[in-house]
Amino acid sequence: MSNRIAIIGIGFTALKPSTPQQSFKELMFEAAQKAYLDAGVHSGEIDSFVTCAEDLNEGLSIFDEYTPDQLGAVQKPMHTLTQDGLHGIADAFMQIRAGIAERVVVEAHSKASNVKTPGGVLDYALDPFYNRPLAFNAHALAGLEMNAFLHETGTSIDGCTGVVVKNRSNALRNPVAAYPLALDSTYVESSPYVAYPLREAEIAKRADGCVVIVLAHEKKAPTTRSKRVWVRGIGFANDSATLESREWIRAEYARLAAASAYRQASIQQPREIDLFEVDDSYAYKELQHLVALGLYTDGAEAGRSLEAGETGLRGKMPVNVSGGALGMGLPLEASGLYRVVELVLQLRGEAGPRQLSDVRLGLAQSWRGVPTTSGAVVVLETE
Amino acid sequence: MSGRKVAIVGAGMTQFMRRALETPKELAWLAAKSALEAAEMSLNQIDCVVLGSAPDAFDGLHMKGENLSDGCGAWQKPYLRCYVGGGTGVYAVAQAWFHVASGLFDTALVVCEEKMSGCLPHPQAAFLTIFDHVTEQPLKPNLLWIFALEQTRYMQTYGIGLEEIARVSVKNKRNALDHPAAQLGAKLTVKDVLASEVMAWPVHRLMVSPTSDGAAALVLAGEEIARRITDRPVWVQGVGWSLDTAYWTNRNLAYPEYLEKAAWMAYHMAGIREPAKEINIAEPYDPFAYKELHHLEGLQLAPKGQAPKLLADGVFDLGGDLPVTPSGGLLGVGNPIAAAGLMKICELYWQLRGEAGARQVPGKPERGVAQAWGDLMQVGTVVVVGTKEPS
Repeated sequence: MSNRIAIIGIGFTALKPSTPQQSFKELMFEAAQKAYLDAGVHSGEIDSFVTCAEDLNEGLSIFDEYTPDQLGAVQKPMHTLTQDGLHGIADAFMQIRAGIAERVVVEAHSKASNVKTPGGVLDYALDPFYNRPLAFNAHALAGLEMNAFLHETGTSIDGCTGVVVKNRSNALRNPVAAYPLALDSTYVESSPYVAYPLREAEIAKRADGCVVIVLAHEKKAPTTRSKRVWVRGIGFANDSATLESREWIRAEYARLAAASAYRQASIQQPREIDLFEVDDSYAYKELQHLVALGLYTDGAEAGRSLEAGETGLRGKMPVNVSGGALGMGLPLEASGLYRVVELVLQLRGEAGPRQLSDVRLGLAQSWRGVPTTSGAVVVLETE
Repeated sequence: MSGRKVAIVGAGMTQFMRRALETPKELAWLAAKSALEAAEMSLNQIDCVVLGSAPDAFDGLHMKGENLSDGCGAWQKPYLRCYVGGGTGVYAVAQAWFHVASGLFDTALVVCEEKMSGCLPHPQAAFLTIFDHVTEQPLKPNLLWIFALEQTRYMQTYGIGLEEIARVSVKNKRNALDHPAAQLGAKLTVKDVLASEVMAWPVHRLMVSPTSDGAAALVLAGEEIARRITDRPVWVQGVGWSLDTAYWTNRNLAYPEYLEKAAWMAYHMAGIREPAKEINIAEPYDPFAYKELHHLEGLQLAPKGQAPKLLADGVFDLGGDLPVTPSGGLLGVGNPIAAAGLMKICELYWQLRGEAGARQVPGKPERGVAQAWGDLMQVGTVVVVGTKEPS
């Protein structure tokens, strides 16, 4: 019997710099209602629930306590991952493959505006014995890596600037984006350095939002929708959590995760993929991740292709047509799921003014941010 | 069961203690290494890692799973950190089960670690942050208080006496004397337990598990590989989990309905119809003495309100009809949250292979159930393992 798994419903809230009018529970409720309506299911028909959250971002310990009610998951199988939403998709995928559930919901949200001292929280992500006593802000790690990446691969700084211009401009066509902007390179070049050579404008700003995704085994995937979206491959991987022993410059976690997803999806070469939604939480990361995904051989080529418009809205290999994290905002653990939302909308042909033509195969990739080397990849396909 | 068959092929743990000198990463690696050595495997034969650890607040670490990952062996490997509060240790095995049963991975290393001693002056303070900001935190509750409420409700509903509950501490701390990694094994009487300090009535000091540092680990493998590793694999026959509402104050505290759901999910998968007859060993979660009894009822191993009587009759003793917590449990071995749950499945692995030494349950047990519990008295996680291959 066929063992395909589909995304049968998506629900999401508009990303905003802050959402004082809604609590995190209300954000979750809104996204869940939309997703269940889109999937044509009642919460009682869902077998299992996965949520993605980090305690310190929520300001509550054992945050999974507060997840079931607003999703309709009371007394149901439900657990949390302290990882990105794409890890949640992988988790749901495995539950369905293992035969323990037929319909699984994945939820992730951000209430970043509630975090008064995001830099302080991030400092707590540094190793308490070897790194934290040095008292540097975690953004400095991105500055260090960016410098090494530019130096070792010969990537031009213009490539990084171009990522910001492309993604924030793309966001102008995305009604859920929090930070759309009509800009040119001078905007980026006049932005102050946060950690040389990383400029403030190259760092994605946080945003609030929530996404709920409903996945189902093929036999529970309704045939009424003309274009069904299938999960063709998933992958997730870690590199080295320890700064001192990791592979800098190359995004090894993304390479490993992509290798697994490509194998499952029988993708021989990444140019078969029609659109990419990749992590751009720092501008240089988009270029680095495209190299790790195998689209380009090195950062220099990635930068040149961007400047030539290949990864633009009208290019051959559109990347982050949603606006990415730079344009949409960075919704913490929900980052990966907003990329999935974009792929699903594009593959269904529901992406409005930014709709690409003839798209069949899309890839979403996530990274958990400094100081981690952890990420995931999901490949989606329509019929 | 429709997925691939999955077995446990190795188990390991560190000593549980009040204050370990090792860092969290080192504790995790010591347990991982001993499980790998037990399975005669090396890290490069492991396809993925599942890691479990309870609140980040204990370690004062944001993204604690990321920091712990390489200590758990997840260096350049896929790993997920699953999280259901105190229920994590048993849930992690369910998580690893579907990693392998899905066919995506052939082997999985499960590592659960907790280092509570770093939280000064006492980790209980970190638990204030598990309560609702608006409705509960202003009352400054702690775990002892809310569990005292639940224990009172349980005693009141079924007319249970305090000395009946004290027997759990006596049994488990005695069993722990034979566990080489135990923190608090002791020979006690019911009188000793009742004479200990009242923490929050009716909870006495000797009815509460300690705070602990420690780690535990298991290696899981798909059927083809499991048989190559050992001729005595312990099969994962059933997994179940269920999360109840966050509004714990509106719930029936006398009986854990969420656990009943989780248990039946696991039993259906294992083909169990009469749990009390078909299970040979139980390792229910016992962070407080009454919880063991409460959980045995939720696990369908005793009728509602009847677990205390069965305990008094000796049914749950090492040589009884249904030995319960032969390890010594959280009360005796210790309670490094997530690691304590996984320790229970390590115990079943050793018991079912006849490797449990002085605390070995007699009569060649074939099937055991382990359970953990957590969040706001809210989550039940259940794993059934046995020597018989699932059909």
